[in-house]
Amino acid sequence: MMNNAFAQPMWLNGPAPGQFYNFMGGNTQAELPRELTTAGPFGTKHSTAAITTGSSVVGIRYAGGVLVAADTLVSYGSLARYQNIDRVFKINDKILLGGSGDFADIQSIKRSIDQKMIEDQCCNDGVVMKPKSLASWLTRVLYNRRSRMNPLYIDVVVAGVDEAGVPFLGNVDLRGRAYDDYVVATGFGRHLALPLVRERKPKDRDFTFEEASNLIRECMKVLYYRDTRSIPQYTVGICSASDCSVKGPFKVEENWTFAETVEGY
Amino acid sequence: MFRNQYDSDVTVWSPQGRLHQVEYAIAAVKLGTATVGLKNNDYAVLVALCKPPSELSASQRKIIAIDEHLGISIAGITADARVLSKYLRSECLSYKHSYGSTYPVPRLITTLGNKMQTTTQRYDRRPYGVGLLLAGYDEKGPHIYKVEPSANYFNCKAMTIGSRSQSARTYLERHLATFNTCTKDDIICHGIHAIRSTLPNDELSKDDGASQLMITVAIVGKDQPFKVLTDEENLFYLDMAKKRGATMLSKSGRNDDDDDTPPPIAEDKPEPAGPRDPQVAVATMERP
Amino acid sequence: MNALGVEQFPDYKVPGVQHVDFSPYESNGGSIVAIAGEDFVVIAADTRLSSGYSIHSRDQSKLFKLSPHTVLGSTGCWCDTLSLTGLMKVRMQMYEHTHMKTMTTDAVAQMLSIVMYNRRFFPYYVSNILAGLDKDGKGVVYSYDPIGHCERATYRAGGTAGSLLQPVLDNQIGYKNQNLAADQLPPLTKDRAVSVASDTFISAAERDIYTGDSVLINIITKDGIEQKTLQLRKD
Repeated sequence: MMNNAFAQPMWLNGPAPGQFYNFMGGNTQAELPRELTTAGPFGTKHSTAAITTGSSVVGIRYAGGVLVAADTLVSYGSLARYQNIDRVFKINDKILLGGSGDFADIQSIKRSIDQKMIEDQCCNDGVVMKPKSLASWLTRVLYNRRSRMNPLYIDVVVAGVDEAGVPFLGNVDLRGRAYDDYVVATGFGRHLALPLVRERKPKDRDFTFEEASNLIRECMKVLYYRDTRSIPQYTVGICSASDCSVKGPFKVEENWTFAETVEGY
Repeated sequence: MFRNQYDSDVTVWSPQGRLHQVEYAIAAVKLGTATVGLKNNDYAVLVALCKPPSELSASQRKIIAIDEHLGISIAGITADARVLSKYLRSECLSYKHSYGSTYPVPRLITTLGNKMQTTTQRYDRRPYGVGLLLAGYDEKGPHIYKVEPSANYFNCKAMTIGSRSQSARTYLERHLATFNTCTKDDIICHGIHAIRSTLPNDELSKDDGASQLMITVAIVGKDQPFKVLTDEENLFYLDMAKKRGATMLSKSGRNDDDDDTPPPIAEDKPEPAGPRDPQVAVATMERP
Repeated sequence: MNALGVEQFPDYKVPGVQHVDFSPYESNGGSIVAIAGEDFVVIAADTRLSSGYSIHSRDQSKLFKLSPHTVLGSTGCWCDTLSLTGLMKVRMQMYEHTHMKTMTTDAVAQMLSIVMYNRRFFPYYVSNILAGLDKDGKGVVYSYDPIGHCERATYRAGGTAGSLLQPVLDNQIGYKNQNLAADQLPPLTKDRAVSVASDTFISAAERDIYTGDSVLINIITKDGIEQKTLQLRKD
């Protein structure tokens, strides 16, 4: 920014050997970020599809905290390519992040977030980022990327507690669409887990921790039975005022004995 | 201060290790009317004296709102303060736009300090000729910061800058121990008393009615967005301060003596009157 | 490179080459109704946030309080709504700081139109209705199209069920085609405005799958903003 303070080299903006001088205001051509430059020599363009993908993430808010669960599979198309990858991350002592969609994009955004957490620590003022702030920041980043027609193919769950210990559970998708609720789910979980949890929601109060953890267990079981891009192993992130950690991996209690009784296919 | 051969621009050191241009800028702060900042456990309060420069003109704006959790009061070159407040406002707004929350006060001060520091190290810039008292409230509670043209900033329990601020400083020191636990009304009254003590005796004797004391008061704190008090509220608190004045002042006794140089209030660094060696230490808020 | 022929990589679709189109837009549903009276204005919006057949949230307010006497209702592509309202809040704080006063509803209406038109060639895909009290304390409603066309009205419906609701309002509030003389029109009371707004939503929830769950009603008067909720069908 402050480079204009220094004297410029004599031959700045000058022609390269054998070329003419450019009179049009010097070589101020803005250097676009690489993702913005269009079609390369091999017809490369912006990424248009997710390659390695994570399936559902399910989050449930209970009185005093949040639970976020995701299985440990990262698929390559229909291939169950990486079977031992945590998709629920602890961001800091107040935030959990569950990621589904393109796993490379998740890793990329996770790196940016981790860098922000380091900057937080460098300030050494005891202020840490809150889940609501992170969700808001993610909407800005993802919305900007979608507006440049170069989205990050991710659908993330942001969960955690704020400085007063009030739990937050929200979802941000690849367009920057964001909302928060007592239950959020991505991928197939949206169709399979959401109705299951909403059905059990008491009208007049939040879930208790026991109810929430039982629901998570059941959701992960249903998702394993019905979602082809899932495996029977998952991790669960727990965040409350006193604790923020990712537990597991846990196994889905599978039972296929009913399969013998299925007829007529 | 006399012109000497080492003050041609800000990048020239004097053999004594001083930057005269920076010290001149600090002197500019002492030309501005006084302003006081103080806080209790939940609120930070700014009180500023705003005397019109002439009978024909209105007084300068001394307190500038930055964001809902933050405001500054100024002493020195008002135009410079406007530039700084514009910077602070845009920083706070863009932070709020991306994070949906208010800028943590110590971090904002750090970025402001970094911006102001560049002017003290380049021959083509001049230091900002304005001192700031900044009152803010964030998740760590209320804050009072003092920022100097030298780009030094101090985290304070109570502070005052501007002309004749020494008497206000004396007042603040006397009552410092009581600030933390006193009420919102009390802390405003303390601020008014402190600022009153900066008035010269002849003006003070005129000050029989509340209307004589031209002040601006602002408050920020728990469940209280930054607010500059209205004229009615000012009168209310001036009245209250006047009534309490008798008891408060009789406890300590008035002290207008400007030559008195007692130990200062800043938590971190003393501020001796007059020119002094540039301070390199930077006050950062210690972790609670 | 040219020797390889890669610069002739075709622009058109080639069989066997997988291609996924990304659409920056998505309809997240929701409806808004606003009715202005002499010294009040009522604005209501449902709280369902959906895309396709999925309901993301049943409790998402689509009303944004911009000032003590101005409320913006915004539906459509939810990410655009979030961006637009975020930008509006920034611009309103800037106005407040430079001019030392809060923006009037009419000024907000003008600014919203400009902010929307700034994205003329990549529009905010939203249906906006702005309700508030003007500088004389009179209720006003402004409605917008996605590229910033702005129209002042006294009542308006918008969003996915806008086309269902507007004729109801024309009949119940506007008394259109009823051959009533101007002095015969019954005066609009606050209670009637609220009950008509509620009824339109109950009807909309019957026929529009993107409208439902509950309605948030804001009643803006000079004394402040009163909020009401009404449950709708949740299927």
